[in-house]
Amino acid sequence: MSFYDQYVKLRDISYDENFANVTDQDVERALQKEHLNERDYFALLSPAAEKYLEPMAQKAHQLTKQHFGKTMQLYLPLYLSDYCVNICKYCSFSLDNDFPRRRLTMDEVEREAQVISDMGIKHILLLSGESHTHSSIEYLKECLKVLKKHFSSIGLEIQPLDRDEYEELVAHGIDGLTVYQEVYNEEIYKDIHVKGPKKNYRYRLDTAERGCQAGMNAVNIGALLGLDDWRKESFITGMHASYLQNKYLEADVGVSFPRIRPHAGSYQPKVDVQDHNLVQAMLALRLFLPRAAVNVSTRESPTLRDHLIPLGVTKMSAASSTEVGGYSEPNETQSQFEISDERSVAEMKEVLKQKGYQPVVKDWQMV
Amino acid sequence: MHDPLKIAGVELSNRLFVGTGKFGDHSEMKAAIERSGSEVVTVALRRVDVDSGEENIIEDIPNSVQLMPNTSGARTAEEAVRIARLAKASGLGNWIKIEVISDQKYLLPDNEETIRATEILVNEGFVVLPYMSPDLMAAKRMEEAGAAAVMPLGAPIGSNKGIRMKDMVQILIDEINVPIVVDAGIGKPSEAAEAMEMGADAVLVNTAIATAKQPVKMAEAFDLAVKAGRQAYLSGLGPTRVTAEASSPLTGFLNSTKG
Repeated sequence: MSFYDQYVKLRDISYDENFANVTDQDVERALQKEHLNERDYFALLSPAAEKYLEPMAQKAHQLTKQHFGKTMQLYLPLYLSDYCVNICKYCSFSLDNDFPRRRLTMDEVEREAQVISDMGIKHILLLSGESHTHSSIEYLKECLKVLKKHFSSIGLEIQPLDRDEYEELVAHGIDGLTVYQEVYNEEIYKDIHVKGPKKNYRYRLDTAERGCQAGMNAVNIGALLGLDDWRKESFITGMHASYLQNKYLEADVGVSFPRIRPHAGSYQPKVDVQDHNLVQAMLALRLFLPRAAVNVSTRESPTLRDHLIPLGVTKMSAASSTEVGGYSEPNETQSQFEISDERSVAEMKEVLKQKGYQPVVKDWQMV
Repeated sequence: MHDPLKIAGVELSNRLFVGTGKFGDHSEMKAAIERSGSEVVTVALRRVDVDSGEENIIEDIPNSVQLMPNTSGARTAEEAVRIARLAKASGLGNWIKIEVISDQKYLLPDNEETIRATEILVNEGFVVLPYMSPDLMAAKRMEEAGAAAVMPLGAPIGSNKGIRMKDMVQILIDEINVPIVVDAGIGKPSEAAEAMEMGADAVLVNTAIATAKQPVKMAEAFDLAVKAGRQAYLSGLGPTRVTAEASSPLTGFLNSTKG
């Protein structure tokens, strides 16, 4: 049993018709419930629920405050390498984009770690392009030796690996896994992932599950919004998170809502996902899965991020660089995508404090 | 009224324990702890930056209280043990609240792993206070292992639902010889009072104080409620009756036929 079996059933739902059939009463019933089922979640993603965004927000705020407190976890991404063997239409690291590639040496990893650590950040997320040569397990283990001295939690967002490879990395200090399906729609997936191992839809879909089996403390999933109908993609993402929560009780399951950003390449998003759509997707997820972590990156603008803080978000990145070596030597190479919120960690902390939130830089202990 | 609670030789005059998570900022947390009058404060080691003092949560916990680090984040007994050792090595003292949670959906404690961690840490000289699901056999094994107190949940953590496990908690209060501290689920001061009226030795409150509109005032409200509940318990509550008993329809005949 894998989530793919569920996906096959979810794929064949007639979404447009079912979303159109959701009534106000369906939405109101979902809003009154303590434990929502998948039908309630579906109702909250419907066009009918759009006029209920305020009561949804109130409930999402209350639930998040109750379960996570008035706190916000801060983290930073650290790009290790931009070598990539895939051709993907929406990503700057795509093999067919010509730019000088780079992988950090251990001295450079140390320098990047120092700059991030000087900002007062203790949780990082390691990223790289997909390359078993450049982002190899051996290379990552070397990096972890350096990084463990600086950070209390280290997450991984690189190419999907086998379960035993994750087990090895967990033993060396990785405690979280982020893997976005990008798009759950299998046909679109195969169209935009033109060439390379990433074309294997099923292997990527089962990645979060392999991470859970390997003992990852946290797994974070998401769909890159804009590649297909956001309501449908959000629904399947929530169902995937729920599947993981139910099957792997020990895993702390989180969800991100990345919207496609400008990048080097000509691909344009298929669907325009507006702010109120993003908000509806986030609120519906929070009401469906009250304990799921929800993550917002610097892809979004400062104004929107500030408004999202009380709407169920539990983790935010700050001052992010999406280029390899970008903290110690900014603007030297190609970034993966453009960020929108360039505020520093100190500025983000101040924003959070003003909104009555305690910025949390450390919420994990490697033992 | 001199009615101290003794845990591992430490005499406590206040029976409200408080937590440090979920507060909007540290100064508010500090003020709430002070106003609560609490003498035992729990802090998650995962939130303590053991390397640097900058914005360290420990700096904002009054020096006078007994620190009770907790093993939040531990999924197994082994992880809890390692966290406890690290807490001790970081200078946070030798009290440890064991939290072993292998379910991230409801955050319910794993009693079996908790018992194992209790056995190991008691042997290492820790003052061990295990957080647990109220189950008599599990509590007895924790007591036998040398737990300094047993901390059953009233309801799932952060649920603010009150003492939903009332009958089970009452059994622990009646049968376990070490202090019973009701931990988790208490959402209102009246529910803290209820636990104390039942005969609990203390209660631990975090979410209800930290997420209140005015945490400092709420901390005081809990302090008063715990004191009221304790005094009511010591004063001997009258039995509860569902209906008035003006006559004895079933046994009245005994009086008329007497003699």
